[in-house]
Amino acid sequence: MPVENPRLLTKNYDTPNSWTLAAYEASGGYQALRKAIAMGPAAIREEVKAANLRGRGGAGFAAGVKWSFLKTSPDKPNYIAVNADEGEPGTIKDRTLMEKDPHRCVEGFIIAAYALDVHTVFVYIRGELVLAIKRIEQAVREARAKGYLGDKVIDQDFKLDIVVHAGAGAYICGEETSLLNSLEGLRGEPRLKPPFPAVVGAFGAPTIVNNLETLATVPTIIELGGDAFSKLSRLHHLRDGGVRLYGISGHVNRPGVYEAPVGITLRELIDDLGGGVRKGHTLKAVIPGGSSTPVLREQDIVHAPDEKHPLHPWHGKSHLDVPMGVDTMRGLGTMLGTCCAIVMDETTSMVRVAENLMMFYAHESCGQCTPCREGCAWMARLCQKFANGTATQVDLDTLADVANNIMGNTICALGDGAAMPMLGILKLFRNEFEAAIGKPTPHLGVKAA
Amino acid sequence: MAFELTPERLAIFEELLPKYPTKQALTIPLLHICQEQAGHISDEVIEYVAKKLSLSTADVKGVVTFYTLFQQKPVGRNVVWVCRTLSCELMGAREITKTLEQKLGCHVGETTKDGEFTLLQAECLAACGGGPMIQLNDEYFENLTPEKLDAILDAARKKKDAGCAATFSPVGIRARKEH
Repeated sequence: MPVENPRLLTKNYDTPNSWTLAAYEASGGYQALRKAIAMGPAAIREEVKAANLRGRGGAGFAAGVKWSFLKTSPDKPNYIAVNADEGEPGTIKDRTLMEKDPHRCVEGFIIAAYALDVHTVFVYIRGELVLAIKRIEQAVREARAKGYLGDKVIDQDFKLDIVVHAGAGAYICGEETSLLNSLEGLRGEPRLKPPFPAVVGAFGAPTIVNNLETLATVPTIIELGGDAFSKLSRLHHLRDGGVRLYGISGHVNRPGVYEAPVGITLRELIDDLGGGVRKGHTLKAVIPGGSSTPVLREQDIVHAPDEKHPLHPWHGKSHLDVPMGVDTMRGLGTMLGTCCAIVMDETTSMVRVAENLMMFYAHESCGQCTPCREGCAWMARLCQKFANGTATQVDLDTLADVANNIMGNTICALGDGAAMPMLGILKLFRNEFEAAIGKPTPHLGVKAA
Repeated sequence: MAFELTPERLAIFEELLPKYPTKQALTIPLLHICQEQAGHISDEVIEYVAKKLSLSTADVKGVVTFYTLFQQKPVGRNVVWVCRTLSCELMGAREITKTLEQKLGCHVGETTKDGEFTLLQAECLAACGGGPMIQLNDEYFENLTPEKLDAILDAARKKKDAGCAATFSPVGIRARKEH
């Protein structure tokens, strides 16, 4: 079956000056906001629930359910904090939304704010993404001038401002409580949960933290209706609804961002959207959804003979032929994550891949929890030893041991996010680490001709 | 010498101030604005920010040392960040880094003798589909080959931006210019 190409979220990507208000309105922009206001807050929340919109930031939690956790307090305002701190290696989707269709993002923020009785939305954008920051700020200015923001949103008794907040370079600030601390002017160290942000979030007030794509999808949900949106997905029956942005990078012919229904397979992402593995080469491994998600291989087969097993429909098939959904990927022992895959061909050294990734986590660990601070740096040093040929058999056992002792022992998910891919690589490619004992691996792979 | 923001930059800070429920929330935006003017975050800048926001200098220094975009020592007029993370390395980031080191005559972490460029390594810059890539000041250059680097570096050498010591700022005057 060819991959459907719905062009809902990416509708304006090829329009000239797509980031301007004029272009967005010409494509029907801000009509969803009018419809939403006519529906009222409770009905909007119901549609988002019916849409089975799973958070697009990595954890895949149902957005409508998250919204229902907001614990309004009489003496505090409600806030929305938009997570646009895109930094998970491999992930390239939110940047395109902000740069190419900032008004779709802003319209989503306004509808969500109206649904949740929020009067200030903070948009936390990664500081490096200067163009995205400029485009969102310009969209906010245009929307304010047009009366979509301000004291009376479209002449309603509803006041809203959007504050664009630039980060300053820290992967950890994509973690929601770290993002809130950073927004408050602190070091971006994660908070203990509970309390969850929906109860005690930004500035001590109840806060919904949503990924930018999650909110940019809301206008489409309102336009189509929640149920109709959900049914665009191939995994509607698993309550994983709609369409989403996929990213693909590494050794493929057409890297980039593509829109498709939820639940296309990794094979479709690589071959149909990504144009296949680069010429003359074959697939070795694929990281399905950002560097924290354990790696998959084509030769691994789903074993789920039990009819009640969630993966039973794909029993006997390759991991690459399982639809990409929050629950299906979890069933494979990995995660859907940000839905942005990194493809590696047969020239790639998995020892060097592990080294590259562990250096990343060692650099980005915030240093708050000992298992993560020491463990990530330790894993990086051990991987360096394997890469330069000075590792021993004991180091191989230590590497797995360190990873296992990070898992579950830290405040936030960064430690797990480093240990999981490390264990995943060791499980599938242990032979490469054994072969690297006493033998340097000079390169990550062979550059394309 | 004590650090002071220019009136134009101070106005940006004052416009942002009422948008937040606390003054401390301005720490990162104000540091960005100051860095655009001063080029890096010196002790004088930290004292200025602390005073402006009624914080201790330790609070501000703690923030400065946490985030990679705040330069704690003087940098070149242009800063080149070369992405080293997986997708870029798969596509040849090491070769780009090596070529940059040769062309600039300095290693990663160093500034050229003429003060024009500082070469730094970055972790994933959310441009994996265009790897290998660099961030030069506030611009991204994607799908690089070693051959493309000369033209990019030459253009940066010629570009001057009066009044901005740093050529990167997501919050200051540069961010408000037309694009």
